[in-house]
Amino acid sequence: MVSVLDRDSELRRRAWDAAASVVDPEIPVLTIADLGVLREVALDGDHVEVAITPTYSGCPAMNMIALEIEVALERAGFRRSKVRTVLSPAWTTDWMSEEGRHKLRAYGIAPPQASSSRRALFGEQAVACPQCGSENTEVLSEFGSTSCKALWRCKSCREPFDYFKCH
Amino acid sequence: MSVANIEVSETPLVLYALRRADDALILGHRLSEWCGHAPMLEEDMALSNIALDLIGQARELYSYAAKAEGKDNDEDKLAYLRDVRQYRNLLLVEQPNGDFAQTLVRQFFYSAFADLYWRAMMNSRDTTLAAIAAKSEKESAYHLRHASEWLIRLGDGTDESHARAQAAIDQLWAFTGEMFAVDDGERALIHAGIAIDPGTLRGRWLQTLSDVASEATLVLPQNDWMQQGGRVGRHSEHLGHLLSELQSMQRTFPGLTW
Repeated sequence: MVSVLDRDSELRRRAWDAAASVVDPEIPVLTIADLGVLREVALDGDHVEVAITPTYSGCPAMNMIALEIEVALERAGFRRSKVRTVLSPAWTTDWMSEEGRHKLRAYGIAPPQASSSRRALFGEQAVACPQCGSENTEVLSEFGSTSCKALWRCKSCREPFDYFKCH
Repeated sequence: MSVANIEVSETPLVLYALRRADDALILGHRLSEWCGHAPMLEEDMALSNIALDLIGQARELYSYAAKAEGKDNDEDKLAYLRDVRQYRNLLLVEQPNGDFAQTLVRQFFYSAFADLYWRAMMNSRDTTLAAIAAKSEKESAYHLRHASEWLIRLGDGTDESHARAQAAIDQLWAFTGEMFAVDDGERALIHAGIAIDPGTLRGRWLQTLSDVASEATLVLPQNDWMQQGGRVGRHSEHLGHLLSELQSMQRTFPGLTW
């Protein structure tokens, strides 16, 4: 026999899984759950409310992500959903999952360093090349192809690479 | 035909948010003018990225102002349907891009302030402003680092880059005083713990400036006469031209969406 409580938590899990499957349009190997952008999935009857948090204030991927969540929920059978943006607490790269960091590296993007702090924002950083693993690297530009990335170059294998900035 | 301006009920809180939103939007727009024109590809991306951060901050602040006002204005109306005299930004941020040195000195003066300002605002009693501050604080730190590194490179570079960086500092200096000014409405918000007193940041701001300037072999002006007016809508001639471009689409096709 399935109790109401079980059915609710089962539904909530299905809603979470559907929302969590949405990927970042700019870095399609990462889901919004890997990124820590997905904050909460709440269920009220058949209405789903999803809370997401932006990585950077002006990140243009947020609108796309919100739309993708609604589509994913619809596909999973949830017809009524709403996505809201929460600003607090502010997103940090510390919320990125270990799995997310592995996926990033395998994709050719150096993952953010473990603990973000003002020191990491201002201080010297040693970023390992995602291609050859060398730490003999240099920054080419603090700002890269998207808000969240910087452009680096490996001095050992000579390959340029993206670095997911500590934030 | 143009569309009529909206009216905004500027309570102290609405005005406070609007001033910071206008700073971010106008500076973000100025930086976006470099898109496709910067001296090198990396800089083109950097300036566009910073513009994106600032416009993102502006959106959050406009939405907050609209909510605080409680009428039917929204972020788009506040950005697109107010005229020059209704804009409340600092005179500093509307100054033209000029050469690369002018753009970077303007950014350096602003970011050195914004970095301290947003960090202090994280303690605001207003939870939305504190949340906006927590995001903006990290972004401002990057913007400051970027501008500082460039200023050192320009100042301590060739005779030409040094001369241009020094000229930009001398020219923009008089627009920095406005960042630290407060009026009665803001004083009440500071007293209530919603806003912070920018005067308390001035010492640290000057310290950042003089640290970077000395490494860049540049000199900060001793002149303390400061131009004001932006916060009450008295702008330089440059803002009208900027707004005519920024607003042309919504003024021509009211309510148009992508």
